[in-house]
Amino acid sequence: MSARAASRLTGLGFTVYRYQAGKMDWFAAGLPREGSDANVPRIADVAKRDVPTCQLEERIGDLRDRLRANGRKPVVVVDADRVVLGLVGPDGLSGDPAAGVEDVMDLAPVTFRPNLRVGEMPEYLKKQRIQHALVTTNDGILVGLIEP
Amino acid sequence: MPTVIERYRVQQLLQQGAQLVDVLGAKEYEAEHVPGAVNIPLRDLNRKTTSRLDSRRPVITYCHDYQ
Repeated sequence: MSARAASRLTGLGFTVYRYQAGKMDWFAAGLPREGSDANVPRIADVAKRDVPTCQLEERIGDLRDRLRANGRKPVVVVDADRVVLGLVGPDGLSGDPAAGVEDVMDLAPVTFRPNLRVGEMPEYLKKQRIQHALVTTNDGILVGLIEP
Repeated sequence: MPTVIERYRVQQLLQQGAQLVDVLGAKEYEAEHVPGAVNIPLRDLNRKTTSRLDSRRPVITYCHDYQ
């Protein structure tokens, strides 16, 4: 649709750029919205932001020492740009201290985009019996953690 | 041929004064749109409706997603 509009506007003499990924890309990045639905709560609004994170190279024992106060909360594995690489759950954290994060992490944690409406999420999590889900941007960057 | 751009470039161009045009229908626009966008639905896009745009400034079009 935007391709046709862009072509038409070019024909009318404008210098035109086409944002092909559209408004869903914008909203999924957690950028501001305008309109009558703009204030509907999204999961980015309820996600826990101060999520413990770790790097791929860390050892479970070191991680446990570092995050002693964290209890049995999951730890998100991120790279230097905060792109999510995986999730270490309570079981992984209580395992062999010599094991690497890479060896025990869940490579494919459930992720949602920040613009998902809060009311649209719980049913899916219940059905799948998911205990933790991450909120990430389209680029895979960590926004926060959802614990239903 | 219009240039296809990504979000970061959209933000850059907006800072430089580009105009953003949402070509979705009015209802969808009213529900939710990118801040600062004006609504000119594709079906209404013509010389008259675009007269509100400044022809000296670049225009960025968008719709819902990769449609």
